[in-house]
Amino acid sequence: MDKDINIKVRVWRQQGPKAKGHFETYKLENISGGTSFLEMLDILNEQLIREKQEPVVFDNDCREGICGMCSLYINGHPHGPDNLITTCQLHIRHFKDGETITVEPWRSAAFPVVRDLMVDRHAFDKIIQAGGYINVNTGGVPDANAIPISKLDADEAMDAASCIGCGACVAACKNGSAMLFVSAKVSQLALLPQGKIEAKARAKAMVKRMDELGFGNCTNTRACELECPKGVSISNIARLNRSFLGAKLSD
Amino acid sequence: MYWLFNSSLGRKFIMSITGTCLVLFLLFHMCMNLVLVFSTEAYDMICEFLGANWYAVVATLGLAGLAALHILYGTLLTLQNKSARGSQGYSSGNKTKTEWSAKNMYVLGLFILLGLVIHLCNFWYKMQFAELIGSPDAVAAGSGLVIELFSKAVYVVIYLLWLFALWFHLTHGVWSAFQTLGWNNKTWYRRLHGISCIVATIIAIGFAAAPIYFGVESLLNGIMTLY
Ligand code: HEM
Ligand code: SF4
Ligand code: FES
Repeated sequence: MDKDINIKVRVWRQQGPKAKGHFETYKLENISGGTSFLEMLDILNEQLIREKQEPVVFDNDCREGICGMCSLYINGHPHGPDNLITTCQLHIRHFKDGETITVEPWRSAAFPVVRDLMVDRHAFDKIIQAGGYINVNTGGVPDANAIPISKLDADEAMDAASCIGCGACVAACKNGSAMLFVSAKVSQLALLPQGKIEAKARAKAMVKRMDELGFGNCTNTRACELECPKGVSISNIARLNRSFLGAKLSD
Repeated sequence: MYWLFNSSLGRKFIMSITGTCLVLFLLFHMCMNLVLVFSTEAYDMICEFLGANWYAVVATLGLAGLAALHILYGTLLTLQNKSARGSQGYSSGNKTKTEWSAKNMYVLGLFILLGLVIHLCNFWYKMQFAELIGSPDAVAAGSGLVIELFSKAVYVVIYLLWLFALWFHLTHGVWSAFQTLGWNNKTWYRRLHGISCIVATIIAIGFAAAPIYFGVESLLNGIMTLY
């Protein structure tokens, strides 16, 4: 059985995009170790409502690690100290009794704070709109083995496709670079026959949009892959570099 | 061609190409220095050959251009990345376990630049530059300068610190340049990382040989001074 613990949560409070924010510390008592991080915030919000205070705003949706909404920066890590999970999959048993947990929004010029812990991640949608799709209808699911695809390519494409667009890579990066996200979205298509045809144009268009939106230049620090909840690898960034440079040099 | 200036990957491409050329130059320069440890005559012959001849001057200009591009783009990237990060930092810090060198390339670069200025004053200014402006004090045989410089303890220490910064810069820089050019994948990451450490170590030790050898020699001969 998990123990119940008492914790303090130090949360970033900010009224709106232009308002000046500050940290506020709240006490929570008897939180069971099996409580998920977001349930803990729910408990905090109920407590705040009972005390007639404004609840803390935070993004969330699926609460099972697939939607990528729960963008919280906890104790120096995006999605908290545990590896390969999102915030909604983090549990209170990872914290000590009496610990003060600092919760902040993603910090990046391209992800402005909307309110409290919620940031605007529209920039990612805009990058996808620039070319993260296939222009024609490629039909339904083809018969297995009708189009031969090597196991290696299939696996790599699947791994790239596991990106949930959470933005932890940008949040962790000292350069505010979105390269891990963009490279995953380029790779998941470029590795398969349906996506290969437009691969070069797609790489150029998505990188261009990424730059316009004010994301930084990647300097290969690897912070992104170390914090990615889905373990997306920087080998995708190498692939994107390769196809982008290839496309530009053959222009 | 504009993509080299106005796209992030273009800027990175310039960083990696200039960085790689600088690494290749360092390897060449290191071999030259190692000659000195074995024979002052052979070294002075190389110095003579690389004096103010047209090919040596052209190569020097090319090298200066590469270094200037690398520093210029390094500064540009660092400034852009600072503003992409936003003005508000994380109060709980950044605890991601990245390599220290990867996060401090610019600081290491500035340290290397400082060492480079000292180095150019120590040698290039008195040799090729003096010869170019036709100064009667121009030194053609470099071995004397080297042996004299490293009989001063401060310079031995400065040069070793400088090489230490260079070592850090290259442990990250070499594999990073491959990654930037797209020559990396899951299998090769570990190999390239290993190669990076080996290249950085070879360069650092190769360059450290002269200051250590001549430092120790002057110490044993009792002619070492502090500065
Ligand atoms: C002999 C001297 C130098 C060598 C051999 C060298 C080599 C390299 C290499 C190979 C890279 C990796 C490029 C890449 O990631 O694609 C690099 C990156 C970098 N260098 Fe240097 N460098 C030298 C001096 C300097 C100086 C003097 C500065 C600045 C004042 C500097 C600043 C940087 C910065 C900021 C980066 C990281 C940028 C990035 O990863 O895109 N370097 N260097
Ligand atoms: S690459 Fe990883 S960290 Fe980045 S958005 Fe996708 S899932 Fe999140
Ligand atoms: S709420 Fe959907 S991934 Fe966390």
